[in-house]
Amino acid sequence: MNGTTLSATSAAANSTRTLGLTLLVAVAAVMLLAPFAVYPLFLIKILCFVLFAAAFNLVLGYAGLLSFGHAAFFGGGAYIAAHAAKVWNLPFELAILSGTAFATLIGFIFGAIAIRRHGIYFAMITLALAQMIYFLAVQMPFTGGEDGIQAVPRGYLLGMIDLRNITAMYYTVLGGTVIGLIIIWRAVNSPFGHTLSAIRENETRVTSLGLKPDRYKLIAFTLSAALSGFAGSMKALAFQLASLVDVTWHMSGEVILMTLLGGMGTLIGPIVGATVVVGLEHFLSTSGLPITFIIGLFFVICVMMFRRGVFGELKNLLERRQR
Amino acid sequence: MPEPALLNVSNLQAWYGESHVLHGVTFDVRKGEVVTLIGRNGAGKTTTLRSLIGVVGKRAGSGTFKGVDLLKVAPHKVARLGIGYVPEERGIFSKLNVIENLLFPPAWQSGGMSVNEIYSLFPNLKGRDSTPGTRLSGGEQQMLAIGRILRTGADFILLDEPTEGIAPVIIEEIGAALRILKDRGMTIILVEQNLRFAASVADRHFVLDQGKVVDEIANHALDANMDRLNRYLGV
Amino acid sequence: MTDFLGVPIPVLLGQLLLGLINGSFYALLSLGLAIIFGMLNVINFAHGAFYMLGGFVAWYLLSKMGLGYWWTLFAAPLLVGLAGVIIEKTLLKRLYRMDHLYSLLLTFGIALMLEGLFRHIFGAAGKPYPVPALLTGGINLGFMFLPVYRAWVIAVSLAICILTWLAIERTKLGGYLRAATENPALVQAFGINVPLMLTLTYAFCVGLAGFAGALAAPLYQVSPGMGSSIIIVVFAVVVIGGMGSIGGAIVTALALGVIEGLTKTFYPAASSIAVFVVMVLVILIRPSGLFSREA
Repeated sequence: MNGTTLSATSAAANSTRTLGLTLLVAVAAVMLLAPFAVYPLFLIKILCFVLFAAAFNLVLGYAGLLSFGHAAFFGGGAYIAAHAAKVWNLPFELAILSGTAFATLIGFIFGAIAIRRHGIYFAMITLALAQMIYFLAVQMPFTGGEDGIQAVPRGYLLGMIDLRNITAMYYTVLGGTVIGLIIIWRAVNSPFGHTLSAIRENETRVTSLGLKPDRYKLIAFTLSAALSGFAGSMKALAFQLASLVDVTWHMSGEVILMTLLGGMGTLIGPIVGATVVVGLEHFLSTSGLPITFIIGLFFVICVMMFRRGVFGELKNLLERRQR
Repeated sequence: MPEPALLNVSNLQAWYGESHVLHGVTFDVRKGEVVTLIGRNGAGKTTTLRSLIGVVGKRAGSGTFKGVDLLKVAPHKVARLGIGYVPEERGIFSKLNVIENLLFPPAWQSGGMSVNEIYSLFPNLKGRDSTPGTRLSGGEQQMLAIGRILRTGADFILLDEPTEGIAPVIIEEIGAALRILKDRGMTIILVEQNLRFAASVADRHFVLDQGKVVDEIANHALDANMDRLNRYLGV
Repeated sequence: MTDFLGVPIPVLLGQLLLGLINGSFYALLSLGLAIIFGMLNVINFAHGAFYMLGGFVAWYLLSKMGLGYWWTLFAAPLLVGLAGVIIEKTLLKRLYRMDHLYSLLLTFGIALMLEGLFRHIFGAAGKPYPVPALLTGGINLGFMFLPVYRAWVIAVSLAICILTWLAIERTKLGGYLRAATENPALVQAFGINVPLMLTLTYAFCVGLAGFAGALAAPLYQVSPGMGSSIIIVVFAVVVIGGMGSIGGAIVTALALGVIEGLTKTFYPAASSIAVFVVMVLVILIRPSGLFSREA
């Protein structure tokens, strides 16, 4: 490769970066103004899934681990947060924290178990472990079985702002999501994130450098679980409901689809993917069409035709054009 | 009057994924002949064989064998034309023992050798029937890889570096076996880096360099052209 | 009759039998899953969906087309196998050279599509399926009453598992299959149509899943969700047994069915997670699985 093509690719990378930043600023502006135009609860749902997908992407896109059990963290966090707010009467922040802490804990345990196996086995093990959480949610008395935990009080933010006001709730979730995304962004761009990517590319080489890949993977997995639990906790309190839907394996699949659809291994991808999938489901829920079927169809199309995802393909196209 | 060519390879090109490996390989093999492809590592010798039997990604050009273009034949039908392939890594199945390996390839043509004939050609294999195939020494594995092809009735054999990493004594035995096969009328393409071995069995040598045939040297003219050949091989 | 740890022996044996039946279905499914993985390097997430499809095909043929039980048991695997051929030829085949994860995701998508479609058309409720007249009734074993249909399920499942195992380990065709897992290009160079063999292997294995579904129809009702609830357990079975050995997959499946049955007797609340607990223990003690050849 000679000098000109090198600078051309870095120019392309720069321009995608600029594109990303511009997009981010535009999205931020839209998100701030959005509740005046769109039903806030729908936006909250999008935000929660954006964070969930972005957290999931940390594991799939950056560590190269396909977890099929992330619903356990999302839904598990939701149950604990809902229980904390409703039964323990904990304030909003502590309820969210409880849900997040629970997800972190089981994330650490699941991670420690599943990381002992690679690739496809990792996927199956996480799936099976998450299914345990599902069965627990079905059977344990505090989860309310098929009904879930309903009428969860939202409480007050910092003891002052009444979150029964949907706009206040929206901005709170927006704030939480942005914090979560910043954590992910910082993690990915830190030395830790670079090591993670290096492990995904070539684990043996990283091992030969004297690092312990499993430790990095476990940290990434736990962080991902924590943020997924955070997203689930926010969703439970905003929707005042924790239910079985959030812990099923379909949910684990859906977050994979969001990430895949948007483009794994990119920061913007999961955001795009989550928005598209939640929007699609919202649209489909009134159409009478079979949602699961269509989600499955999206999966098949994604895997067969654009494995880089919407954002990934776009990025690739732009970089090619620049060349 | 030379025999008409049994195999005519013309402007053969091949790709592994994005990388273009063969840039137009042209050579011919006459019936009953032993022809070698020689050249440096990466010159495209193995790829030429693999292209003919259809295990590389994309191919172009032609390789006409008994009037059939091998590039247009489904990969699994090549063997049915009587072409036997002995890969460089020998391809002995670790899950099968010696006799299972020997009996593994289906016989597509009549006239194949019997197991006993193969054992008399390669006495080292005799009495080892139940040994797991990959427990044999490298040389014995090579014998097994050649032997199992002889059973199928193949009369055209693609032999990829049979001497690589093998003890000199065994190389002698393999050379002797190849000469016997040649006397029985087999046609052989031999990919080889060991020039001395190649000279002991072959009729003609084709020199490959950077994915092309750059020269053809008859075996009897080998000594006269040694300087040229060494230049190609970078010795 | 006496008790064992406070549980009456007949009850215990009854649960063991139930466990063995579940284990038979796990075996039929994990066997196919292991073969598909060995041959195609694909984790077939749609395996449960094909099991469900088999149940539905049998139910549809029986209750809508008036075919008899035996015909449905014959037709279900055939039709499911045909669906497998189509999927392998049009979709799966293109992913063989890529990361395993893509084929896992593809088959996951197919599973969602099938489940979603059937839920949409037939609703979530189970469809009753009568036991054929020939197999009704039961045998009094003295200590317990053995329903004939259940005995039939165990017998036919075991027979099929053993025949499949023999076919793979002891026949020429099975030899080609095993060799093709090791070096597909060379097996092809020997004149064996490996792509066709892969298609047929996939079809056969999903056909087995379809057969299991049809077989299960009279025991559990036919419902769109029956596949997804069993496939996750079967994945756990496969993780426990390791996918290196077909025999191992069968033995593990039966053993786990029995463990599940025993848990149901002594601690019913934990029965649905028993398999997963075993899985965790196995991963901790022997990460590569009980019968795996990888170190």
